Amino acid sequence: MLTAILVSAGLALVFGILLGVAAQWFHVDGNPLAEKIDAILPQTQCGQCGFPGCRPYAEAIASGQADINQCPPGGETTIKNLADLLGVEPKPLNAENGSEKEVPLVAVIDEAVCIGCTKCIQACPVDAILGAAKQMHTVITDECTGCELCLAPCPVDCIDMVPVHGSVDDYRFPLPASAQSAVPDVTAAPRPAPESAHV
Amino acid sequence: MSEIGPKVTKARYDFHGGIHPPENKQLTRDRPIRDLPLMARYVLPLHMHIGASARPVVKVGERVGKGQVLAQATDFISATIHAPTSGTVVAIDDHLIPHPGGLRAPSILLESDGDDLWADMLEPWPDYQTHSPTALRSRLRESGVVGLGGAVFPTAAKLATGPAQVTTLVLNGAECEPYITCDDRLMRESPADIVAGARIALHMLGATQCLIGIEDNKPESLTAMRTAVAEDPRFAVVSVPTRYPAGGEKQLIRMLTGIEVPRGRRATEYGLLCLNVATVASVYQAVVHGLPVIDRIVTLTGGGVVQPDNFKVRIGTLMNDVLTAAGGYRAGVDRLIMGGPMMGFSLPDDTVPVVKATNCMLALRPEDRPEEPAPQPCIRCSLCAEACPADLLPQQLYWYARSRQFDRAVAYHLFDCIECGVCTAVCPSHIPLVDYYRFAKTEVWAQEREKSKATVARDRFEFRKERLERQKAEREAALNKKRQALEAKAAKAVQTPKPPGDTPAEPQTSTETAAGEAAYGEYRPGHAPIDTRLDSAVEAARARSKARRAALEAQRTEAPIPESDDESEKI
Repeated sequence: MLTAILVSAGLALVFGILLGVAAQWFHVDGNPLAEKIDAILPQTQCGQCGFPGCRPYAEAIASGQADINQCPPGGETTIKNLADLLGVEPKPLNAENGSEKEVPLVAVIDEAVCIGCTKCIQACPVDAILGAAKQMHTVITDECTGCELCLAPCPVDCIDMVPVHGSVDDYRFPLPASAQSAVPDVTAAPRPAPESAHV
Repeated sequence: MSEIGPKVTKARYDFHGGIHPPENKQLTRDRPIRDLPLMARYVLPLHMHIGASARPVVKVGERVGKGQVLAQATDFISATIHAPTSGTVVAIDDHLIPHPGGLRAPSILLESDGDDLWADMLEPWPDYQTHSPTALRSRLRESGVVGLGGAVFPTAAKLATGPAQVTTLVLNGAECEPYITCDDRLMRESPADIVAGARIALHMLGATQCLIGIEDNKPESLTAMRTAVAEDPRFAVVSVPTRYPAGGEKQLIRMLTGIEVPRGRRATEYGLLCLNVATVASVYQAVVHGLPVIDRIVTLTGGGVVQPDNFKVRIGTLMNDVLTAAGGYRAGVDRLIMGGPMMGFSLPDDTVPVVKATNCMLALRPEDRPEEPAPQPCIRCSLCAEACPADLLPQQLYWYARSRQFDRAVAYHLFDCIECGVCTAVCPSHIPLVDYYRFAKTEVWAQEREKSKATVARDRFEFRKERLERQKAEREAALNKKRQALEAKAAKAVQTPKPPGDTPAEPQTSTETAAGEAAYGEYRPGHAPIDTRLDSAVEAARARSKARRAALEAQRTEAPIPESDDESEKI
């Protein structure tokens, strides 16, 4: 009887120490789920979701404080991917947060009008605006996420959102017109296990 | 085939699938290559090869000689662009390019001066054996040599095989696509150039043999090439059965050597390298004669042109100029295709330049091509899978592309599709399968671009956050330090009462304040006067900029008339 108790207590002690060490050893910084959610978000950093950037929104979703349908730049695709990740039903975009843009936009400063107030530079979440006080400002197009956060602070309304100028490398072939015709819907296309793809 | 000598062998291997579309080569196969007259204007897109765009090295208004470098290769995979004739650079601007989307892209516009005078040329290297492969590769790079079979991959980069040792050079003279005869004519008219270019490539690669694959519907080319290689034991001319797409790189290698290059691997890993016959001819011109690539052979054909023909066309010639020189269109033409009927694409406009990839211009009337009935549902007949030369499952790819399950399409090896068009041609439901694959491929690329852009944005956002926090901390630290210093000073002052001798310090500070007051007017924190002044200044600035913006806006939208009105009013 005593042996059994001792053995149990000993085992409990050993495993307790093991678990304690493992918890220290394999400690993960931050929330891995938030990390995964952040990877899906479009990183526009626009704040339309009501959080100051994509990362805070990802953390809010991970802790259950925000819904998955608050990201207009990501649109349907992002909502679908989030739903897949979290195992919930996809839902339409929350209209309160804004609407999905049809074409990607970038900010362009009308340099003849800019007074060099630096207000847009402070507003830009990704440091995509270059300039100094009383000097002309300009947007680094490649870095601009199209978040529109620079529009409101501009005292002279010299920033416009324009469609991204597509180059040959960015060309996307359209879905053939016949895909919209009377041919039966194929969303129910067979989706066999990945292994069968390599047979 | 009894006259085929010992130098011509028949291919011993075969590839899977393929079809026999109507050849239609009789339209131009017996038309010798002709030169076109000098045109008044040439348009040279900066991006007419695989890889990075070339960077212009000439200025608008600059006079250039024929063969002068207009734009320099910018990357390892990039190609230099040369002036097709002497003249003046009139613009460097967006111009329509041959593209299925009818896109505009940065181009150099050159106006011919009619003299057609050469600029300083590169030194001819008839003794190419004395030059190292590296020097020869940079010669090809300077000369703008790219794959002329249609892929336009920079040849200098292709011949840089790294550690892989190439033993066999495969020359692609199959020209399997219907209508096209430019390589056929080149092989018949200048077989010596091709063989000389192949010898240079063998020297550069250190390869020991060269196989020339030609479809057996070109007996004259087979004979011409056999005669040209008769003296050299390293060469063999191989006749391959006429079946589309025998000219695909992997398909031709399979037929000539029996080696099936697996997916994701390169032919060089198996000691093989494949070049088009026209490409090696331009290698010869670039090395031995120092001539850059400023022209190429183009087949102008189809039922929609008055006189189908083969032309030596300078790169940058506008297609409508080529057509005018060739006699123009016939009535009823409704489609101009760049490339052949299988892999080419329709051009929305014919004011686009001939580029290095333009092997054929095909003008068709509705009666010249098979009917195109409306697509019907896929019936899973699997004819496409039987015909696919890349051994793919076209109907699976179709389902996944169409339902936007791109990850699944990639898992079914979407990117091994060579877009040969065989599946579309055999489909009894007339589904434009290749259009779906092109759609899926560009969507996958777009997703990848978005992903990498998101990563950059995330990094920049996080760096900024970190920077703001750091600045805030630094500011607080500085403030704390100041506060502590002040407190310490105050404590010191309380502890040790000032000796009377130190009093002059006080008046000094008071004069400072007085000077400050003079400079800032009546400014005191929270005082009204300065606030109203600031407000009115901001208001004025706003009004000024608004007026300026309105004026600019008016200038942009309307004709310059209102501006001149203003001027007259001022006067």
